[in-house]
Amino acid sequence: MKLYRIFIYTAIILLAVSVAVPVLWVFMASLKQNPEFYESPWKLPDGLYLKNFVDAWKDAHMGSYFLNSVIVTVMAIAILLAVSLPCAYVLSRFSFKGRGIIKTFFMGGLFINVSYIVVPIFLMLVGLNRSLQVTFFLNNHFVLALVYASTALPFTIYLLQSYFATLPRAYEEAAYVDGCSPFRTMLQIMVPMARPSIITVILFNFLSFWNEYIIALTFMTNDVMKTLPVGLMNLMKAQNAAAQYGKMYAGLVIVMLPTLILYIFVQKKLTEGMTIGGIKG
Amino acid sequence: MRISKSFLFWCVAPAFLLFLVFMIYPTISVFVMSLYKWGGYSAAKTFVGLNNFRTLIEDTRFIGSFRNSVILLVIVSVITLILALWCANVLTHEKIKAKSLFRVIFYIPNILSAVVIAAIFSAIYDPSRGLANSVLGLMGIEPVMWLGNRGIVIYSIAIAMIWQATGYYMVMYMSSMSAVPYSLYEAADIEGASGTSKFFSITLPLIWTNVRTTLTFFIISSINISFLLVRAMTGGGPDGASEVFLSYMYEQSYTNSSYGYGMAIGVVVFVFSFALSALVNIATRRDIVEL
Repeated sequence: MKLYRIFIYTAIILLAVSVAVPVLWVFMASLKQNPEFYESPWKLPDGLYLKNFVDAWKDAHMGSYFLNSVIVTVMAIAILLAVSLPCAYVLSRFSFKGRGIIKTFFMGGLFINVSYIVVPIFLMLVGLNRSLQVTFFLNNHFVLALVYASTALPFTIYLLQSYFATLPRAYEEAAYVDGCSPFRTMLQIMVPMARPSIITVILFNFLSFWNEYIIALTFMTNDVMKTLPVGLMNLMKAQNAAAQYGKMYAGLVIVMLPTLILYIFVQKKLTEGMTIGGIKG
Repeated sequence: MRISKSFLFWCVAPAFLLFLVFMIYPTISVFVMSLYKWGGYSAAKTFVGLNNFRTLIEDTRFIGSFRNSVILLVIVSVITLILALWCANVLTHEKIKAKSLFRVIFYIPNILSAVVIAAIFSAIYDPSRGLANSVLGLMGIEPVMWLGNRGIVIYSIAIAMIWQATGYYMVMYMSSMSAVPYSLYEAADIEGASGTSKFFSITLPLIWTNVRTTLTFFIISSINISFLLVRAMTGGGPDGASEVFLSYMYEQSYTNSSYGYGMAIGVVVFVFSFALSALVNIATRRDIVEL
């Protein structure tokens, strides 16, 4: 029995270490100077060589990509909430003609994987540009945010809808008796009550928008418009050619630090929310 | 309570419109475009019927990508499933210190971008400066070309995928395991059941519905994640040896500018994953154990 416990501990610690070490190792490597990379990869950095971060932030433009990522993520979440909250609210609270069909459509959307439809969306945007004689639809943060928000709709509406359905009807009836308009009832009474589910929605979508790269890679052909993950891909390619390793690791840290910090604060909410949503992109 | 039609309309319309334009229309156009020969940028589309699919059957590179996708699907799903179930079982039922710390650590890969994971593993697999070869060196094993060897590269990607996925499924299984009533285990203890037999005759049957659902996730996400990782890590190389379903579709569509052909690949992958999910669903059907 004792032997069994030792085995369990060793195995689970070994697994935890193999998950944690690669991430910690990146942090360590981001502080190394170039010559140090030719020594043992396990060696601790000689000092805190923060110039890697300056190089990545300025020379490799990770700073401006960071700003792009913030703009796109914030816009996408704002659009997503603005359109999905009213829709989920109405779909879950009122019965009207066509409601069943619309709900089924959104449910079906849960099975559409974004990776399949990147190409047709891209071609649609190219086509719009050509027929309207503009360049508006590509290399545009707003359009990228709009596409992010749209592809997140099925999951978000599903989640919000099931939360709205649990709220008691009495509040709306009271508001109606007091002569409150349906729009105000929704905005000032029902939406604030759905706050827990809204937070879950924001968390999951922040992670997926911040981390997304295949759509951004396809739509943002212009260098100044790129988002962080795409910028990181550039750095990966460049480090092999120019043997500037520190900069790449620093870039890696810049991409993952915001999500890690967020994770530290909300890990409980995330792992709980996952079992409600139960869907993976 | 009377609600005006226009209120309902303006609440639903924007979301539904965006959904139609950016999800439904592109999905339909995948199927439609697979019947055309089209370079994409020019307006000239020629209807070729099922010709794209005929070419596909004889395309050795497509068959290679099919093979790789299936290898990844099988290896990654089986190992991830076993690891996740084992960890979840241990963390739920054994008296272990710092349980939540383990849970927090195992879930970390899930919050990282696929590009970040690709970059981390490219660094680990670096032939001369990477962690992987230095660990092998300690054991006296010759350095391995993790991403440069045609025979090994697909397994290197499998390792990265398992690293990424295990924590997610572990957390899922943990939450369903914690819903299994404790009294059952007490009864089993009185009967003198071992840990293994408790797992197979109590835990697994009772969380079976949850496990079945995740099998579908395994299929869908393995196809997707393998694409995201391959695209950022190897670009399908060396020499097409790590090409998977969707990376080949993407390459045909962009690099080769044969959109119609690329979309035909998309259709095949879509049908394949749908059929496989249905098959797995039927094969794993059991009488649900209810209490």
